[in-house]
Amino acid sequence: MNKLTKSHIIAYFIVGMGSIIMLAPFYFMFVFATHTNSSILSVPPPVWFGGEFVNNVGILLDALPYFWHNIGLSFYVALITTILNLFFCSLAGYAFAMFEFKGRNVMFILIMGTMLLPPFLGMIPTALIMSKLEWMNQPRALYIPMACGAMGIFMMRQFISSAIPKELIEAARMDGCNEFAIYWRVVVPLITPAFGTLGLITFIGQWNNFMGPLVVMNDMKMFTVPLALRALQGTGQVPWGAICAGAAIAVVPLMILFVMTSRKLIDGLTAGAVKG
Amino acid sequence: MSSVESAVRPPVVKNRKRTLKQRLNASGYKWAPYVFVSPFFVIFAVFGLFPLLFSLFLSFHYWEPAAGLGAMEWVGIENFTFTLTDDWFQTSVYNTIWIALAAGIPQHVVAIPLAYFLHTSFKRSRNTVVGMYFLPFITSSVAISLVFTTLFSRDFGMINMLFTSAGNWTVGDIQPLAWLFPTANIDWNRPEYTKTMIAFVVFWRYVGWNTVLYLSAMQTIPKDLYEAATVDGAKRWQQFWYITVPMLKPMMFFAVTLTIIGNLQLFEEPFIITGGTGGIEQAGKTAAMHMYITAFVEGDFGTASAVSWILFALIAFLTWGNNKLLGEKK
Repeated sequence: MNKLTKSHIIAYFIVGMGSIIMLAPFYFMFVFATHTNSSILSVPPPVWFGGEFVNNVGILLDALPYFWHNIGLSFYVALITTILNLFFCSLAGYAFAMFEFKGRNVMFILIMGTMLLPPFLGMIPTALIMSKLEWMNQPRALYIPMACGAMGIFMMRQFISSAIPKELIEAARMDGCNEFAIYWRVVVPLITPAFGTLGLITFIGQWNNFMGPLVVMNDMKMFTVPLALRALQGTGQVPWGAICAGAAIAVVPLMILFVMTSRKLIDGLTAGAVKG
Repeated sequence: MSSVESAVRPPVVKNRKRTLKQRLNASGYKWAPYVFVSPFFVIFAVFGLFPLLFSLFLSFHYWEPAAGLGAMEWVGIENFTFTLTDDWFQTSVYNTIWIALAAGIPQHVVAIPLAYFLHTSFKRSRNTVVGMYFLPFITSSVAISLVFTTLFSRDFGMINMLFTSAGNWTVGDIQPLAWLFPTANIDWNRPEYTKTMIAFVVFWRYVGWNTVLYLSAMQTIPKDLYEAATVDGAKRWQQFWYITVPMLKPMMFFAVTLTIIGNLQLFEEPFIITGGTGGIEQAGKTAAMHMYITAFVEGDFGTASAVSWILFALIAFLTWGNNKLLGEKK
């Protein structure tokens, strides 16, 4: 222990300073959310909580009359995306993990290859398609394109092939269970841990999605939270207190979710990054 | 196919007459996987592949969206030549690469030693600390970029206040830190500082993600390597330099590739920080923002599509270069 003390102290100090830098923006987001604009604009700016949070939410709601609706919409879109992803990705993952079929490997490589396509490449035509389909300002314009992602299929395949023995599926098949029923009654109950991880990743990703809604939502009532926050910018006097209150409201659900599940979430995100 | 099937299914069916249900199930076994993977392909065809082909098609046309799809006019490679010689596009590519390097290199230079500290010196508190560094990665980039615009503000921003109070710190008559820190507030919206501001926010958001990647790779390095080194009298920094870093090579390749791909597509942070305008003299406009503005502000979808394909080619080229540089020495 004595031999390592000095380097340990240095490590603790550096890592500690770093975590202050990491957390400071969140801290000031909460502090500013509880102060009036003039108090934030004073020199030096406030470093401790004030009592203006409710007031700031009021200002926020004046500028964004549909803010609660926007939150509800974000939640709805993220939830539907998550449910669709869990269903479709686990079905496909099950097929790749448990079936031998012609073209399996080619299909799997194709699906993985789509992860290499940058999202901005489809931005313009997607906007055009949505307006042709008359899906502009419709939640389905956000969740249908995201309903089944390559990463989810990959995660599900990995999990199913390691967690479920092939014999179990065979046994169910011998008993005359049809293929979908095997999936529904045998596979689904066994993959709930993977559902948790993929669900978290999908939910957070969709909750934070900015580029998607930016091109398909132009009615303020149909804005998701990131779009709504962005709309506070750039019109005359910027209401910093209200912006920080809104940002806090957008971020707190994720922070709570993260604190409860960080291990699972991090493991899920880095799955596939480390071999062996 | 049949050999595969007989390997999986017991061969008893031959002798017995199968019921209708059994026959249906047998055909289900054949068709089910195709049905199960089809949702992906349907969605990808409509919202992935078709947009891709359409945008390629669009990039060779001039098009006034208001005039309808019939009004497309074939212009050959004009959109591409225009984009490549366009000053604003060149500026945006320069900005993108500048920010990608200024945010990307420190990400790895900080993340690797940080992961090493966490790996060697933190036991029980490790998960908490990792969580703190990881938190920026999962938060809304829009929300947090807005918070950063207040922190970076010229007159009341917390960052300026810290900098200038360090710069103006006096001991007797002299200001010992004035050479390092500014003594007056910096206007981060001035063109010469905008990119620095954006790069810092990007660095802040992704350094924890890279740390987690390196940390998970470090956990797979065999412990006996370190034990042998300790027996041989290697110091901790020597162990870091001669064991950890070389063993991390494959992960470095992976993480650097992700950083290249991600940073060249930067959109949200610069978009919010510059209020969607690109900032004064477009100093903070990235290539993806240039594409967005060309399409949705200026209404020139053909040119914007060409921009997106040029950017895609650039990303592919740099990823390939990284592969040549780092990937082959495995």
